This record gives sequence, C-alpha cells and structure tokens, in this order.
Amino acid sequence: MLFEYETLQVIWWILVGVLLIGFALTNGMDMAVSTLVFKVAKNSKERSAVISTIVPHWDGNQVWLITAGGAIFAAWPEVYAASFSGLYWAMILVLFAIWLRPLAFDYRNHKTDESWLKKWDIALTVGSFIPMLIFGVAFGNLLQGLPFWADENVRWHYDGYFLSALLPLLNPFAILCGLVSVCMLLTQGALWIQLRTVDTIADRAKPVAFACGMITVVLFLIAGAWAYTFQGWNLVALAPEGSYHSITAKTVELVDNGLFANYMKLPILIVVPVLATLFMLLAAFCGKNGKAGKGIFYSSLSIAFTILTAAVALFPFVMPSSKNAASSLTIWDATSSHLTLQMMLYAVIIFVPIALAYTIWAYARMWGKASPDNSVSYH
Amino acid sequence: MINETMVELSRWQFAITSLYHFIFVPLTLGISWLIFIMELIYVKTGKTVYKDMCKFWGKLFGINFAIGVATGITLEFEFGTNWSNYSHYVGDIFGTPLAIEGLMAFFLESTFIGLFFTGWNKFSKGTHLVITGLTALGSNLSAMWILIANGWMQYPTAATFSAEKMRMEMTSFWDLVLSPVAQAKFVHTVAAGYITASVFVIGVSAYFLLKDRHIEMAKRSITVAATFCFLAMGASALTGDISAIQITQHQPAKLAAMEAEYETQEPPASWSLFAIPNEAEMKNDFAIKVPWLLGLIATHSFDQVVPGLRDIVAQNEQRIRDGAIAYTALKALRSGDENVDKEQALAQFNQYKADLGYGMLLEKHAADPNNPTDLEIKAAARDSVPSVWITYFAFRAMLGLVTIIGLVVAGAAFFLWYKKDLHKRKGFLKILILSIPLPFLACEAGWILAEMGRQPWAIDGVLPTFLATSMLSVTDLAISLVFFIGVYTIFLIIEMTLMVKAIKKGPEDSTKQQNNVDGGVANAV
Repeated sequence: MLFEYETLQVIWWILVGVLLIGFALTNGMDMAVSTLVFKVAKNSKERSAVISTIVPHWDGNQVWLITAGGAIFAAWPEVYAASFSGLYWAMILVLFAIWLRPLAFDYRNHKTDESWLKKWDIALTVGSFIPMLIFGVAFGNLLQGLPFWADENVRWHYDGYFLSALLPLLNPFAILCGLVSVCMLLTQGALWIQLRTVDTIADRAKPVAFACGMITVVLFLIAGAWAYTFQGWNLVALAPEGSYHSITAKTVELVDNGLFANYMKLPILIVVPVLATLFMLLAAFCGKNGKAGKGIFYSSLSIAFTILTAAVALFPFVMPSSKNAASSLTIWDATSSHLTLQMMLYAVIIFVPIALAYTIWAYARMWGKASPDNSVSYH
Repeated sequence: MINETMVELSRWQFAITSLYHFIFVPLTLGISWLIFIMELIYVKTGKTVYKDMCKFWGKLFGINFAIGVATGITLEFEFGTNWSNYSHYVGDIFGTPLAIEGLMAFFLESTFIGLFFTGWNKFSKGTHLVITGLTALGSNLSAMWILIANGWMQYPTAATFSAEKMRMEMTSFWDLVLSPVAQAKFVHTVAAGYITASVFVIGVSAYFLLKDRHIEMAKRSITVAATFCFLAMGASALTGDISAIQITQHQPAKLAAMEAEYETQEPPASWSLFAIPNEAEMKNDFAIKVPWLLGLIATHSFDQVVPGLRDIVAQNEQRIRDGAIAYTALKALRSGDENVDKEQALAQFNQYKADLGYGMLLEKHAADPNNPTDLEIKAAARDSVPSVWITYFAFRAMLGLVTIIGLVVAGAAFFLWYKKDLHKRKGFLKILILSIPLPFLACEAGWILAEMGRQPWAIDGVLPTFLATSMLSVTDLAISLVFFIGVYTIFLIIEMTLMVKAIKKGPEDSTKQQNNVDGGVANAV
C-alpha cells in the first residue's frame, strides 16, 4: 500500500483536525451569526437581513459536522463508539439544538406575522448557541479525561447514567472551555455580520467582535494556565505484539503537568497557542476598526490554532480516560485498519477539493451586503 | 446476560427515528428530479408556468427537506450513541460509506440546495437548472452510499474478523461498494422515492383541479409526474425482482419468513397469496396459494428449492454448535490465561470462525455460552430467523399498496391524456388526493420488511442485534425515547400544518404579480 500504517494514522489525526476546523469555521460561524441575531438586529426586517447572509450556506456548512462525524466513524471507530455513547445526553442536547436550525431557517418564512418570526428566530438562536457551548465543553472534558473504559470484549462503558453522567461534564474548567468556544466563534460571527450587512447593522457588530475577541484571549490564557496544573497522560508502551487486547494492554502513566509535556519536549510548538492568541487579538482590533475581511482571516486562523492547541496537548491521545488510563484512545489503537485508512484518504483527496471548489463558488456568487430594505430578492 | 429491556428500547428508538426520517426521504429523492424536469422544460420552452411550478413544488420540497435534514443527523449520531458496539465491531467497514456519503454526496446536495432556494434571481436560467440538477444528484448519491452501507448489513461481503481487535475489518473496498445487493437496493429505494413524489405531485394537483384553480399548472404537473411514475414503477418492479433472487441466495430466512414458508416445498414452490401464520407452532393456520409462483419469483427456475423456515432452523442449529466452538476458542485466546493451549485454540477458532456470529447468539439464550445445553441451542436456533407475522404482512402491504398506486396513476393518465376530462371527474380526483399517503406507507412497509427481515442480526450472520447496543441504562433509554417521540410529534404537526397551508395557498402566478419582496432578503423558500 502507498503509505505505512503509522503514516496513515498520523495523516488521519491531521484530517480529523482539518474537518473539525472546517466545521468550526463554517458551521460554527453561521451558528454564531444566528446567536447574534437579536443582538445586532433591532426588528424582524433586520433579523431577516442578517439571517439572509447565511441562509444559502448553513446546510452546506453543516455537512462539515456530518462529515467529521462520518470520518471519525470510519477512521477512529473506537473513538466514535466510546465518545458518542459515553456522552449520550450531551449528544442528544446537540441533536435537539441542530434539529431546530433547519426548521427555523425554512419555516420562519411561511408566515409573515411578527410573533411567528420571533418564535422561530428564538429557536434558531437557542439551536445555534447550544452546540457552540457543548462542543467547547466537550473539549474541556477531553483535556481532563472522561470516565470511560473498555471491557474484555471491547465494549465501551461510561460512569453514571442520565444526570449523574451529564452533570459532571459541566465542571468549571469545561465550562471555561465552553465559553472560549462560544466567544471565539462569536468573534467570527460578528465579523461576518460586519462584512455582509449594511452599515446600520454592521456598526452594531463592531463592538461585539472586539469584546468577544478580547474575552476569548483572556479566557484562553486562563484555561491554558489552569490546564498546566492538570495531570496528563503519557504513553509508555503500546500493547505488545500479538496481544489480543490491542487497546487495553498498553501502558499509560499519569504525569504532572502532562498536558504540557509535548510543548516541553518540542518547545517550538509553543508557537501554536501563541499564534492562536495573537491572531485573535488582531481579529478583535480589525473588528473594532471595521476591517471585517481581514478580521475574518485572522479569527479563522485563531480558531484553527486554538483547536490545534488542544490537539497537540493531547497527542498521541485523542480521548484519554480518567477511569482507566489503559482504556485511553490514541491515534495508534483507536484507528481503522490499514486498508480503510488508505481508501478513506483517497476519498478525501478526491472529494474535499471538489467540495471546497463549489463551496467557494457558492459563497462568491451569493456575496453582497444584505439590507433590511432589501436589494436582493431571494424569493 | 443481556439486558433485554435495554435492547428492546434501543431497537424501538432506532426504529422510530429511522421510520420517521424515512417519511421525508423518499419525497426528497423524487421531487428534486421532478422539479429538475419541470425546470428543464422551462429553460427549453421559456413558458413561465413551468417556473411557477418549480417554485411551488420547490416550496413544498423545502418544508419536507428541512425536517428530513434535521432527522437525518439523528440517525448518524445514533450509531455512536445507541449502537456503540456496532460502531466498534463494524465501523472499519460501515463507517466508510457513511463518510464518503458526506464528502461526495451530502456536500453537493446541501451546498446547491441553498442556491436552489435563494438563487432564482441570482443565476441565469441555465445555471439555476444545473444547480437544481446537482441538488437532485446529490440527494440521490446520498441514498446510494447509505444503501451501500445498508446493503452490507444484509450481505456482509468484503470483510474478515480480526481476533486481535475483536472486530470486523474491510478486505476490499470495491467489493463493498459494488455489492450487487447494495446496487439493487439503491435503485429499488430511489425508484420508490420517485413513485412517492409522483403520487404526491399528482394528488396535490388533483386538489387544484377539484377546486378549479391553477388548472394549467396542475395538468402539466400530473403529466410530468405520471410519466416519471411509470418509469419508476418499471425500475421498482425490476429491482424488486432482483432483490427477491438475492434474498433467496443471501438471506434465505428472510425470504422464507416474508413468504410464510415454514415447510420446504417441492420445486417449483407455490406462492402464498394470503396466510395466517402460527409462529408458535411454525405452521400456517390458513393459506391461499398460487402454484409455482414462489419458485419462479425466488429462483427464476422450475427446479431449484426454496428452503422453508423449519429446515433453516435445523441448519442454523448446526451452525450455532460450530459457532459456539469458535466463540469459546476466541474467548480462550483473548483470556490471557497461561493454561490455554494457544495453538490449539487458534486452530479451533480458524476452523469454525465462519459461524462465529451464530455462536454469539448463545449470549442471549445460554446461561453459560461456553457450555450451552442442547435445549439452549435449540432455543437459539428457533430465534435465529425473523418474525413471519411482521415480514409476511409488511411485504404484502408493500405489494398491495404499490398495486393500488399503479392503478390510480394509470387512471389519472387515462383520464388526462386519453379522455381529456380528468378535471371534471370529481370522484376520481378525490381518490387521487386520498392516495397521497399510500406510497409513504408502502415505503415504510418496505423498510420494515428489509430491516425486520434481517433479525435477529444487526449484521446478517455476523453480529446479533442484542450485542450491538451501547451499554446504556434503561433509564437513559426510556427518557430519550419519550423525548424523541415528543419532539418529533411536535415537528410533524408543524410540518403538516405548513404543508397544508402552502398547498391551500397554491402557486404564485408570476405573470400577475410584480416584484413583491416583503421586507427582507430572507424569503428563502
């Protein structure tokens, strides 16, 4: 086969990252725009104008989430199995939220009375805010490890049920990470609103972009300092050759300040969080000064580097266990077979550029400033 | 032991959420092409009535599509949330078509559907037509990858078991993708979608004819839809026939169950037109039979045998005995016990591993799956075939409904094209309106037949359904099931209300109205 198994495992760590970043930059952005609707728009016509900037794209954007899910299923089936079942109620909350969005985008237009519009716009806001928060909270919990383990038949178990499983996820550090996620995406969303709406609305988005960007930086630095105090996981040895327990027979030890181990081992990596911070600062000031185009460029980079910061901290782990360290999932033992990774890579090489090409074309063709008195008829 | 309540709740939740999603999918698959055809005629002829038709049917499509998208994500998530052992055990194979569905098909459909709704005035006629076509293509390709995945559950080709990983792994990507079962299922399912959309368009158009509104639009819509429907019926019958042969080959228990064939008959077997199956005693209490027909349908021959359920259960008994040896050997290998003779265990495992899945059936039926009693093996064998009641009547419901649909659509075409008085036939128009739910029911019946006929397996012969679940508690599942049913019911009420409202309002006549953009650019749909 073209690539060694280990090479493919690393490539897939990058590709899952790319898909998650793609999800954050596109769907995350339109969720942020939806969340800010009531903040920047003062009446239903203005709300319609703001929403109209994402109406042609939200569905395509959401496919980043669906594809990331599918790719994790195919490339990291153990992560898919352990995380989705363990985080059962968090996932159902996310589902509930993203049910509301397609309905709101479409159904709001079917009646013209104010209360109908307002109800659907609230549904849109709620449905958009919840996933932004929960995905951040999920990352916060990943960094602390989740209480899951594999039994001798590689069936995945998780501590607690219903509220006793859900509520511990809402710990202070995880909520902090959730707020980082919300604020960084809101920065991106506010910049998008500036870029794509007429001045009356765009001007209201300027202070939002600045404030959210600055808060993101502060919270991100606090989260980093806090995470330094955590124990992290060190992969001592993989399961011995020929072992029938390729996941649980590995040796994992807990080390102090472990989430910073990779950064200490390879100090150059510190540029990742530094760039995440710097780009967010630049984005915030661009937002303040009305340079939304540049701002989006910087905030996109910042979001990518923020996600990368967490991924580097965990590497080679992708889902550490706080319950049973040996059950932790790494890119070496959570992955699919050599053939599957290889074929999936071909699929990505062929289809991602095509999808990117028509996505960019679609954005370019629908470009323009939306206004409440309307310039463009979409009907 | 297996917590059967937990398994049952998991199954109910998946069944309800997937049957619910499948209310909206067939209409999307078909109506997107119907709109494309109408738009093609518009671009060719320049008649604005066709553009109005596209916009009107597009509006109904949008109402349907929104809820279809929302409920589709649920299913992808549920493989992980509720069927985590399934995801672990076959994710290596099953995840691939799902991921490619996203990359290749869903991106296409979702990117262009946004432009379809919002781009009527942004793009040239030709470009918009291409956008509509790509939307339809995307949704149909989406169905293809999903059915490749589902086809693999019915006929798990191109995979091998890995004892080290305790899971199935892919051996050939192309054998997975080009599986004949998957291809037949794909065409059969999209054809069902085309029929569904056609009957929907015909029924709604009949409403306008009955109300004496939008006559031109309604007649043209019926013409396009009826033509499309006849073509789809041909494809549906052809692939239904191919599927029957494939089920005979790959899932004999499903075939015997859906035909209520308990006893193996002398070939060519007769076909049961109606029967009252007695599941407990494995016989039919009553049956009306058509000589030869089953043999012809299921084998396309006069001399090949169609095995009955009793014989299949007897065969499965042996497979369970063999599978138990493989399963026990596998557990010994994985136990890490120093006293195990690894070479001997491995040899035993390799000899019987083809029936490993059958050995796993004992997890439910035997107190100690390593040492099953004869009685327990017999109970497991009895439980190794699907329910006759459900599959037999689901199949007959599907066949019966399709027959009625065929007659009704033929009637519409006859009165519209030959007698040219469809708009005057009030009674028949009412029948057409009342026929709208029939293809939806037929699709659901087909789904029930396909998936209940696969039981007791999640992956046929490989992974029993009761071992595929997540390790959730009954509390979790009871609450989530109630939550899903509650929210989905509310959504369905909203969807139906908007659909009825949009139909009553009817299409807008663009020749009469001016550019009446009511306050905003967001009148997307």
